[in-house]
This record gives sequence, structure tokens and C-alpha cells, in this order.
Amino acid sequence: MRISVDPDRCVGAGQCVLSAPEVFDQDADGIVTVVNARPADDEAVRHAGELCPSGSITLHED
Amino acid sequence: MGTTEPRVVDFPLRRPGEPFPPPRYEDYRHHEGLVVSHLPNGNKVWLVTRHEDVRAVLTNKKISSNPDHKGFPNISDTMGVPRQEQIPGWFVGLDSPEHDRFRKALIPEFTVRRVRQMRPAIERTVEERIDAMLAAGDHADLVADFALPVPSLVISTLLGVPPVDRDFFESRTRTLVAIRASTDRQRDTATKELLRYINRLVAIKEKWPGDDLISRLLASGTLAANEMSGVLMLLLIAGHETTANNIALGVVTLLLNPEWVGDDRAVEETLRFHSVADLVSLRVAVEDVEVSGQLIKAGEGIIPLVAAANHDAEAFACPHAFDPARTERHHVAFGYGVHQCLGQNLVRVEMEIAYRKLFERIPGLRLAVPVEDLPFKHDGVLCGLHELPVRW
Repeated sequence: MRISVDPDRCVGAGQCVLSAPEVFDQDADGIVTVVNARPADDEAVRHAGELCPSGSITLHED
Repeated sequence: MGTTEPRVVDFPLRRPGEPFPPPRYEDYRHHEGLVVSHLPNGNKVWLVTRHEDVRAVLTNKKISSNPDHKGFPNISDTMGVPRQEQIPGWFVGLDSPEHDRFRKALIPEFTVRRVRQMRPAIERTVEERIDAMLAAGDHADLVADFALPVPSLVISTLLGVPPVDRDFFESRTRTLVAIRASTDRQRDTATKELLRYINRLVAIKEKWPGDDLISRLLASGTLAANEMSGVLMLLLIAGHETTANNIALGVVTLLLNPEWVGDDRAVEETLRFHSVADLVSLRVAVEDVEVSGQLIKAGEGIIPLVAAANHDAEAFACPHAFDPARTERHHVAFGYGVHQCLGQNLVRVEMEIAYRKLFERIPGLRLAVPVEDLPFKHDGVLCGLHELPVRW
């Protein structure tokens, strides 16, 4: 699985960091960063994508 | 587009003696399209009750949060709550891109990491309130003595309110939400006193910055001086009664479901189950827009009912069961889209610490009145309890 994020859309809710802290983090401005762009397919990562309120996270199946 | 006439339902949606969410939300959800209601001021408002539709409304660019638009459903005008929306810096009432400057300035204050750093201070506040209740005897009103002061004191710490002023700050914030124990005039006075106090605090922090949110916001230079008080009042209003109601309702639910005491997953389920901010995400269409097959015309109000969405069986299995082990996590108790609650991670930590410490320190905690006699706030914007009499 591959992760991409759009920092311009991010509203800093932090739900991705709560769900999958080994994959997502927040920078000094609180905006999403990716710690691991190729995580194993995992429920927590899928939750992070689904919970993001601003549609900033895209999960790719490749 | 649906050809059937939309069903018209009565407002208010919450009535005395009824469970919450009201059973009629179930009917609304099963009704094709949307149901329509009229506010006491006569304005037409569409009620959105399905989870999928609520998310769609809260992310639609043709739908606005700005109360200055004609047709905005100002329910506060009809519920005896003073309107705050016109204060500069009240950015929940702005749309992107104007809204984003405010949100971006505040995000760093509420990151998961920052909230984690606040844990020791929150734990101390919670412990102190429990100490005070235990010292005072064998019973308490858990709303007045615990659920309301904890978030107010946490916000004081966050803003950098000096300890000597915290009692003043706490008593005025309490007046604002005690809609049964205070008059409109008292609430108006308390609002003015708090605004005056916040302005003074900002002036002090300009001269003598500290390690607090106000000082950091001032240093960032992102907000104009006249926007600061609106932003700070908003943080206070958004973070106080919401958190308090979740603490109080969560304690009741844990007392009724003691098998979940000590399980932190109860926090997320409490947020979903009680959905205290059901009437908070108010919107208006600024262009004609279709939601769930229903045409909503520009200038018509929309209320996405988050409690209805969070009890939608299409989104949550057995939605009316309190089940912290459930795997669905996509509730909209904090809203959705760019306005989703900025302080949500702070609320989660406050709730978790409040439940854990209460049940650890007071293992004999129990309701002092039958649960059906608890005074539910059917008359406020937020769902909650006026009082929560407990003993131990």
C-alpha cells in the first residue's frame, strides 16, 4: 500500500496521527506529514484515510 | 430529483422527557430525501439525518457556515442564547479561504503531540477537583463540582490565565452555560466580563509574554488585535460546555454499563453515542444544491443533525447500543470538513483522564437519583445534564 497526502488541504484534526502514528505525523505547524509512505495494508491506516475530515489522505493499492 | 412533497416536521427537535437522540430521527432517516422544518422565526430549514448525507453537506462548497448569509438558521435567536457570531475572529462563521488563516494559526496548539504535553496539567486539575469533592462530604453535583470546572480550568491553563484569576474565569464561564440557574441578563453580563478580561489578558501578554497560547499567537503576528478576543472566546465556548457534557453523560453511561469502566475506548463511543453537539453545525445553501435527491435552493437553511448521523444503522451496527468495542470510528460528533473540531484531541484526553481518575479515586461512585429523574438539557443548544447528583 502507498500513501500520499495533500498538506494544502490538511486542517490539522490529527485523526491520522491518533489512528496510525507509525505512518503519519504532524509538523511544527500541525500539518500532516508521512513517516512511512509504504506501510503494510492495515486497518489503522485505512481508518486514518477514512477519518480525515478534509480528504487530505489518499491510499493507493499499488 | 424527488417528486414527492418533502415532509414537514416540528421544531424544536428535542422535547422534555424524551430520550436523546429523539426516536423521530429514525423516521426522518427512513424518509426519502430530506425532511423540512421551520424555525420559530419562520425560516425554512432542511434537516439532514443520514451519515452519508451529513458528511456530504459538511464538505459541499455550495453550502456555507457564514451566518451573514440570508436564510442562515440562527437557532440561538430562538433558544435564549446570546449570539456571538458577529465578533471578529469568530471563524467558525467563515468559509474557506477566509476561515483558513484562523484555523492554521491555531492548529499547532492542538496537535496530538501538544495535547500529550498537557496531560500532567490536566491530571493535576482533575485530581484537585476530586480532592475537593471528597473533602466536602459523601455527595456532589458532578456537573457543577467536576464536569464544568475541569474544562474551564484546562482552558485557563492553555490561555495562560494566572492562577489568581482562575476562580473568576471559572465562575463566569459557568454562568454562561447554566441556562436554568442564570438569567439572560446574567449571561450577557458574564459574556461582557469575560470579553473584557480576555482583552486585558491579551494586553498583559503583549507586555509580558509567557509559555501559553495567547503569547504564541501574538508572537506569530497572524491575527489582528481586534480578532484575538473573538478567537479566544470561541476557543472558550467551543471547548467548555461540550467537554463538560461529554464528561457528565459519559459518567452516567459508565455507571449504567460498569463493564466498560477502565476501558479507554469508552471515550470515542461516548462521543458518538451522546453526540452532544447535535444542533451546532448550522449551514445555509449559497447556490442551489442537491442533497440526497432533494433540491435545496440558495438561501435555505440546513441543519446536519450529527446525533442522527451517528445513530444511522447504515453506518454503525446496532447504533443504539453503547459498545466501546465497535470497530466503526467514523462518527461525526466533531463535525466533518474544514470546521471539524480543532480541540478534539484535547477533549479526548480530558474525557479519558476524567473517567479514569473518577472511577479510580471514587470506586463507590453511584447516582443519587434514579436515572430517569436526571435533568436533561432539552432546552439548550447542546445536549447534556443540568445537574448530576452522585454519592459514594
